Amino acid sequence: MKVDRSKKAMDFLDKVEELSGESVNACIRCGTCSAGCPFVEDMDVLPERIFKRIVLGDKEGILEKNTMWICAACFTCSVRCPRDIDIAKIMEAVRQIVLRHNIDMVDVDDVENMKELPQLAVVGCFRKETG
Amino acid sequence: MEEGYLYYPGCTLKTKASDYEESAMAVMEALGKPLVEMDDWYCCGAVQSLTEDDIMHQIAPIRTMCCAQEQGEKEVVTLCDMCYNVLKQANERMKEKPDDLETMNEFLTEDPDYLGEVDVHHIFEILRDMKDEIKKKVKKPITDLKIAPYYGCMLLRPDHVAIDDTEDPHIMEGLLEAIGAEVIHNPKRTECCGSYHTVNRSDIVEKRVEDIVSRAVKDGADAIALSCPLCQFNLDFHQRNTEYDIPVFYLTELIALAMGIEVGMEKHKIDPKSLLKDKKILE
Ligand code: SF4
Ligand code: SF4
Repeated sequence: MKVDRSKKAMDFLDKVEELSGESVNACIRCGTCSAGCPFVEDMDVLPERIFKRIVLGDKEGILEKNTMWICAACFTCSVRCPRDIDIAKIMEAVRQIVLRHNIDMVDVDDVENMKELPQLAVVGCFRKETG
Repeated sequence: MEEGYLYYPGCTLKTKASDYEESAMAVMEALGKPLVEMDDWYCCGAVQSLTEDDIMHQIAPIRTMCCAQEQGEKEVVTLCDMCYNVLKQANERMKEKPDDLETMNEFLTEDPDYLGEVDVHHIFEILRDMKDEIKKKVKKPITDLKIAPYYGCMLLRPDHVAIDDTEDPHIMEGLLEAIGAEVIHNPKRTECCGSYHTVNRSDIVEKRVEDIVSRAVKDGADAIALSCPLCQFNLDFHQRNTEYDIPVFYLTELIALAMGIEVGMEKHKIDPKSLLKDKKILE
């Protein structure tokens, strides 16, 4: 993991906190968020490790991981965090930092079972994964 | 609304989840509190936008609140869990952050401004409060059916919009008991079904579905009951690659059946009718 205290790296921390309205530094690394997340087996790194990387300024290291895309904003971690951090909002902030650079994570060609899908699934997915 | 409740359908209730709308409408009609569709409404956007600076994605939900205000109503009821969650979160944000409400009203062309006085409710809150009336209307208690309630995420989280205890909800258990069903407790009932990953990451959803359904079956459930059209799709459709095939009902379908109301249940992937016939609930 790269430790970077440059202005650019710290700008990333600031941006995450500004977009999420949450304090990343409040995390005590108890692991409750990761323990309750139903998607951890598909994540490259655990939600709690993302916090550590944000604090250490490892922007590139975070953005190459799939964690924030596998997060489905189920809010399980958010209601359980002993420090009252709304982790789902932090994940959203990291997603938005990518999406606002005009990068889409889903394309119509990726859609599986199009004829069967309920509308709200498609609307939801494209809202979360396109800019 | 004295004669019933102002109803917000959202994008899926008229189409893929029409079984849900039909059964909920029939149940509320029978209870003397019909759901009356709003004169005008907008798609909620399905998922709540969670960044502090994003007012844009709150516009559609708040426009819908304006429609309710325009009709002179103070309450809007949703059937869909995702609509409930998005409308409720957007609306609460306007109530709690006057600056955001002001920005919103500056942008909206609606006249008069949105005053932040409308409340959003989910149908389960209404049904919970009418449990005694439901009990009185039961003609054919569904006593032989073992049902595992499934709540998913959007009715319970985040906690400021929860309709019940976030970790140990009981609304559905109470309603199932009222219609005579045997309730199967499923510890997985508040875990995410995989949500919108069903669009492009089916493998993840299949794992979630297998986990949730296998536990319900292991504990003896004949079927699952829920209310979210996305959870219904995931738990129903994605059992096809598992060893399980238990029906996934909208709770309102079961309430309707117990009240002796005919319901279509046409859109289910796993046909619920053979189970209902086996249990002598359908002829
Ligand atoms: S639950 Fe909260 S405090 Fe604990 S590791 Fe996760 S974010 Fe940090
Ligand atoms: S909100 Fe995201 S990170 Fe948190 S438990 Fe749910 S899927 Fe996991």
